[in-house]
Amino acid sequence: MSIGLLSLIILVLTLVGYVVGKSRAIASVAGDIRKLHSLPPFYGRITALLTAVPAFLLIIGWLLAEPLVLENRALALIDPAEIPQGQSADLVMSDVRRVAAGLDLLETRGEAIAPLIAAPDQLKQAMNAAGIVLQTEPTPSTLAATAALRSAKATSRLAMVVAAIALTLGGLAWGLSRIKPEFRARNATEGFAMWLLIGCSLIAVLTTVGIVASLLVESLHFFRLYPITEFLFSTQWAPKFGGGGTLGIVPLLWGTLYVSAIALLVAVPIGLLSAIYLAEYASRATRSWVKPAIEVLAGIPTIVYGLFALITVGPLLRDYFAQPLGLGNSSSSVLTAGLVMGIMVIPFVSSLSDDIINAVPQSLRDGSLGLGATPSETIRQVVLPAALPGIVGAVLLAASRAIGETMIVVMGAGAAARLSLNPFDAMTTVTVKIVSQLTGDTEFASPETLVAFALGLTLFVLTLCLNILALMIVRKYREQYE
Amino acid sequence: MKDQRLESRVDTQTIKIQARGAQVYYGTNHAIKDVDVDILDKTVTAFIGPSGCGKSTFLRCLNRMNDTIASCRVEGKITLDDEDIYDPRVDPVQLRARIGMVFQKPNPFPKSIYDNVAYGPKIHGLTRNKAELDAIVESCLRKAALWNEVKDRLAAPGTGLSGGQQQRLCIARAIATSPEVLLMDEPCSALDPIATAQVEELIDELRSQFSVVIVTHSMQQAARVSQRTAFFHLGNLVEYGETGQIFTNPIDPRTESYISGRIG
Amino acid sequence: MTRASLFAQDKRTRARNATEKRFRAYGLTAIVLALLALLWLLISIFGNGLPAFKQTFLTFPVTLEESVLDKSGTRDPAVMAKATTITYGKVLTKALEAEATAKGIDLSALKKKGLANLISEESPATLRNMVLADPSLIGQTIRFTALAGGRVDGYYKGRVTLETAALDKNTSPEQLAVADKLKEAGVLTISLNSGFVTMPDASDKRPEAAGLGIAIIGSLYMMAVVLVLALPIGVAASVYLEEFAPKNRFTDLIEVNIANLAAVPSIVYGILGLAIFINMVGLPTSAPIVGGLVLTLMTLPRIIIPTRAALKAVPPSIRDAALGIGASRLQTVTHHVLPLAMPGILTGTIIGLAQALGETAPLLLIGMVAFVRDFPGAPPSGLFDPAAALPVQIYNWTTRGDPGFVERASGAIIVLLIFLIAMNAVAIYLRRKFERRW
Repeated sequence: MSIGLLSLIILVLTLVGYVVGKSRAIASVAGDIRKLHSLPPFYGRITALLTAVPAFLLIIGWLLAEPLVLENRALALIDPAEIPQGQSADLVMSDVRRVAAGLDLLETRGEAIAPLIAAPDQLKQAMNAAGIVLQTEPTPSTLAATAALRSAKATSRLAMVVAAIALTLGGLAWGLSRIKPEFRARNATEGFAMWLLIGCSLIAVLTTVGIVASLLVESLHFFRLYPITEFLFSTQWAPKFGGGGTLGIVPLLWGTLYVSAIALLVAVPIGLLSAIYLAEYASRATRSWVKPAIEVLAGIPTIVYGLFALITVGPLLRDYFAQPLGLGNSSSSVLTAGLVMGIMVIPFVSSLSDDIINAVPQSLRDGSLGLGATPSETIRQVVLPAALPGIVGAVLLAASRAIGETMIVVMGAGAAARLSLNPFDAMTTVTVKIVSQLTGDTEFASPETLVAFALGLTLFVLTLCLNILALMIVRKYREQYE
Repeated sequence: MKDQRLESRVDTQTIKIQARGAQVYYGTNHAIKDVDVDILDKTVTAFIGPSGCGKSTFLRCLNRMNDTIASCRVEGKITLDDEDIYDPRVDPVQLRARIGMVFQKPNPFPKSIYDNVAYGPKIHGLTRNKAELDAIVESCLRKAALWNEVKDRLAAPGTGLSGGQQQRLCIARAIATSPEVLLMDEPCSALDPIATAQVEELIDELRSQFSVVIVTHSMQQAARVSQRTAFFHLGNLVEYGETGQIFTNPIDPRTESYISGRIG
Repeated sequence: MTRASLFAQDKRTRARNATEKRFRAYGLTAIVLALLALLWLLISIFGNGLPAFKQTFLTFPVTLEESVLDKSGTRDPAVMAKATTITYGKVLTKALEAEATAKGIDLSALKKKGLANLISEESPATLRNMVLADPSLIGQTIRFTALAGGRVDGYYKGRVTLETAALDKNTSPEQLAVADKLKEAGVLTISLNSGFVTMPDASDKRPEAAGLGIAIIGSLYMMAVVLVLALPIGVAASVYLEEFAPKNRFTDLIEVNIANLAAVPSIVYGILGLAIFINMVGLPTSAPIVGGLVLTLMTLPRIIIPTRAALKAVPPSIRDAALGIGASRLQTVTHHVLPLAMPGILTGTIIGLAQALGETAPLLLIGMVAFVRDFPGAPPSGLFDPAAALPVQIYNWTTRGDPGFVERASGAIIVLLIFLIAMNAVAIYLRRKFERRW
């Protein structure tokens, strides 16, 4: 039974629960609803909630836990001799998974799979025809594990369906049995709803846990295969297919910081000066269209900036600056990416600075103007120093944004890891390498792939520190003037 | 506190600021209607009147602080030493160096005490070296009766002082540019009675050097510190004269009812 | 002490006023620079992308002879499938040659394949599918509209010139001369390219046939997933945090968490999706459901933050009024606070969705770059079929060699921007219409 059908059954039962629950409540007081503790719909709602929610939670939990349990069991069936030297069992397991998925697919297409399992070479052909590419013919133990996996999965699904329907019916029955005039259905419904609300707000925490866990687990995995000191301090980034390359983060970090620094050099003066002009000089009318126009820059997807860097800014910088100056022939360069990223970051600096400058009390401006200071003296000597912490926070947020930016550098900065000072050189960044190591046909057990998680962890920690610092500074600043 | 009303006496008759037919509009709202007033040198002049009568608005016209409000428009003639301050040739920056201002709420800059006072002389270039600046800061803090309280912590932030100290710091800051006129917009309304008394005493001392214009809500305060009083009502200057006469023998019935507490 | 007249500015004042003017000019320059950057960006994208909405077509009669296309004469599609696209290509070339000769165009200058190259490699496949779908066409003469080849198309869009054609092995000046004559004869036309938004992607050599059909559907599927999941969860979380949560360490933790999640680089969400949804749960790669889930997690904090602001903007007096007549707290929120905050919530949601629509990096990691030719099925099962997404399709095209794809990528950005502008316009409309000042 498919999950869709199962969900449909549960939903129908839920509806039944609502209708019956409501009418039973009305019946229990012979139609005089004033005798009920709560309004009739509440009796329906609590019954419906009891019917649906436990069953759906069970299904979600089951689906999450199932692969872990089943694959461990299937893994035990694999002949250790078949695991290639120096690789983990994960690789074999991914074959098992792929064969199982292929067999499922063939079965749904109505093909007979029993003869295929008996003849591995035909199986491979059939799978390739179905679009599932197998590198080698499946070995007997792979097939055995596959068969075990599939039968266990079928059993598990059946068990899940039975359990889910039982839980649904149980919830329905229990819910209906509780309906009495004095039953506090509204309070029960609201208690239930409150747990749902709490559950929803926990998703944010779960997301963070998920991010940290997935980054940490795979990074640890990586550091078992590759020394951490080498990763942190090697100035070489030279991955090799099949392992044995050097994976030093230093050139990537250098590229990241170089690009971000250029971006900030562009964005901070422009963003800050625009914010000052808008907050202190511009008329209401000017402000009302210039501010949204600058903020449009923040709404443009980064892929657009990436293409802009690739087809417009890169060639322009190469033809008019790099080549005449003899500094390089590459259209992707640190300067290209930095310049375009700077444009993207302008609104982050300007909007936040604008808010912060506006939060500086007018009385300070009056005090300075009343002493005969010009507006610019007032801004530079009174407003900006007062707003400084907030502006620093804004710049830090912009920096974190620049460091984590991916598409612009993927399309504008280049792919060669290099430690160089020349801004017209193509360099690469942490985010570019995460993308390049995790896309394409990579084996999930090699350090060349796993390094992406270590890079992700570095990126996450770096941006997290910047964000927390920035948020703290901004929050403290806000409190100062509230 | 001694009753100054008995000894109040106008010291000079030199006219410092003169307004003739002054009108102020906020957009379409006619906020000040046809005000004629002469503000004398070395005198404390008080502007009194009920809330919204335009006394603060008029005060802010005197050093063109209203320029910072886009919708505000001033007509008529206001002169400082017989020069029209709304003449297009006049630079408000230069004007405000000569007519200083102290605001309702103490607004020290988030800088050190020293920098707060030194701010005006620095931007106007009044000193040639650090020693001169130090001297100005010290003398102004002394004039503001704050020196003894802060001389050991000039580098501490001005925002860390108490409310009364902050307001005296703002006065010190305002007199550091050696203005000729000092405008004070309800300088004591945010202060407790003790701080108020200190500031009032200070105002009386400042009279020896500056012409002081003070807007106040408190009639007692006007009576205590000023020699001349102007009563504003609904944008009109109702009555202007010696403080003693205004409080004891007002000519206009509106003044009389305000003084006796019937308007306000 | 005597003072100078107010009417004369002293030297220092003049210098200070000059500084003032300079400072203002810096600010103005900064704004102008920012606006120019925006303008430059838009001009560059639109300049490169608008031609993608025009396409060069060749329309000519094609006779579908039974002896060539269905030798068996059975009209059985399974048998007819034996005639490959190469056969159909020859049929098209012959038909074009006949048409050209009929119009009196001299083809002798063309090299071998020069005529075949005029027609896109995609067109034989289109014709073949047409015939296989309707075998009764065999034996008839139909007017067939074929896509012109990429170079010819580029010639009419200014991308290919006679000089570059001389150096290009895929075209020649002679070929372009023939194209010009065909255009005069009315065989070659340039018209609106509806296929750009309906057709699937095409292979590396056929930029003229590449379309956004699958990418648009994939993006719509993902947005549907995001809307269905992120809006209720986001509103529920905001309601809890804003209306019910006690102030304690735990809720503080959730708040800090949400603020930080909003600033986590998007690519990190891609890693999360890869590790959890694909490797752990075993969902298929390239599927809109995975993209939707990843984007949901990414969008959640971006919905929660404006939603909480909207809830906070509802004055406490409303809550007091409802509580005062005996409504429960949950009733107060659902009956009064939420409806009043709805415009703000919807505005925030739409803007969050718009950001998710343009997001590229996380989708790269979960395999949405794959080359997909088959349209995904109808939801819900279609959510698990491989599909592309608009921004990823753009990225995909930029990595290809043929310069025709630059035009396609820029054109796709215009489509993406139209979606974004529409969404933001709705958001602005909602805000203007329902904005309430308390």
